[in-house]
Amino acid sequence: MCLAIPARIIEFSSEQENRALVDVVGVRRHIDTGLLLDDPPRIGDWVLVHVGFAMSKVSEAEALEQIRMLTALGESDAARQEAEGYGSVPEVESS
Amino acid sequence: MKFVDEFRDAAVIGKAVEEIRRLADSGRHYRFMEVCGGHTHAIYRFGLKDLLPENIELIHGPGCPVCVLPMGRIDDGLAIAQEAGVIFTAFGDMMRVPGTHGSPLEHKARGVDVRIVYSPADALRLAELNPDRHVMFFAIGFETTAPSTALTLMRAKARGIRNFSVFCNHVTIIPGIRAILDSPDMRIDAFLGPGHVSTVIGCRPYEWIARNEHKPIVVSGFEPLDILQSVLMLLRQLGAGEARVENQYKRVTPWEGNRAALRAIGEVFELRNYFEWRGMGFISQSALRVRDSYADWDAERLFSVPGIRVTDPKAAQCGEVLKGVLKPAQCKLFGNECTPEHPVGALMVSSEGSCAAYHNYEHRKSLTNIAVPAVKGES
Repeated sequence: MCLAIPARIIEFSSEQENRALVDVVGVRRHIDTGLLLDDPPRIGDWVLVHVGFAMSKVSEAEALEQIRMLTALGESDAARQEAEGYGSVPEVESS
Repeated sequence: MKFVDEFRDAAVIGKAVEEIRRLADSGRHYRFMEVCGGHTHAIYRFGLKDLLPENIELIHGPGCPVCVLPMGRIDDGLAIAQEAGVIFTAFGDMMRVPGTHGSPLEHKARGVDVRIVYSPADALRLAELNPDRHVMFFAIGFETTAPSTALTLMRAKARGIRNFSVFCNHVTIIPGIRAILDSPDMRIDAFLGPGHVSTVIGCRPYEWIARNEHKPIVVSGFEPLDILQSVLMLLRQLGAGEARVENQYKRVTPWEGNRAALRAIGEVFELRNYFEWRGMGFISQSALRVRDSYADWDAERLFSVPGIRVTDPKAAQCGEVLKGVLKPAQCKLFGNECTPEHPVGALMVSSEGSCAAYHNYEHRKSLTNIAVPAVKGES
């Protein structure tokens, strides 16, 4: 029950407000986006889904930043500073 | 899958583990509590315990909503299920939780209309499809789940669906953590904060833990690398003599939480004066009930609920395990009378309960199977 899964918004329902079709692990399901009223997701956005409701948007930039930091673990401080000095979030090809 | 594979990368996990070993002071014993049952499950599933140095002990916290629900509430819910015309709906996790006269699943076998739903919205849909029946949703969960129940009730009211109600067992995490910290037999150095609860409540509600209790807390994600990185962040804070709230799970959890979700909770629910937590007793202002303005959808008011308090089997030591005083295997019933197939206590039922997690994964070697370099003399 406490499982929360990342899903990508495919389309919004034209008949019902706050209803979206998402791709969850390759399966298409309808979810409720009514809890994201303050920062509504758009088509293509990743959201975290829990018990049929989108709970929050998943930030791709933060995910990449985190991976970058983790990958730099164990490098010398100088190397880490160098890596962090590259600054902006690297561009990636969208899959 | 995106945002999953990256956080299970064996090479990076190896680096994180090496860094943890470098930072952990070999002369010190660390006790970190993971508050959330989702973390407990991940720690056992991925064998993370085996990757950490021996002097880092992970204590399993009270953050499993199925586990902290007292048996009397299950009995109350099942009493409603037996009223004429009622369809009892609940999440799958609830189905094998024992009540005094059997679990929801056992009641189903006896002819009670018990159905699994994956979302409260599906329970509401069931009510729409069965206008001559009454659909009761047995709601459990912390702040992660409460907004979804709240929004479902708002939808029921807006659409005028009257044959639907909620039996509310939602609990709030902060009083649970406070009860753990107030417990005299508990000594914890730092916390892994619950990532998904925090998507709703944000990170600020934990500030008292850092400020008043002087314990670091890192709000953590649920992938192996999330948990290892959070352990690393806790070690860095402790090494520097700091106690702060940090957010490791920034990709999902905003510092301020989700205000729209909090508004939905506030619209539908209010705090109960007190609520019983299994194994921990009554904790004040630790649970939610349905507001007067939604009384017509409140199962506790629509039906007569026995409200009987049931004590747990004496031999079971769920309370001690729940508070982290005992390890699951130290309970007298563990693995003998109490197994995931025949659970005595709720910690053995839910996959997020520490006993079930320990039982299911205990013998599994670390999934990642990484050659971790031997500890070098540095500390």
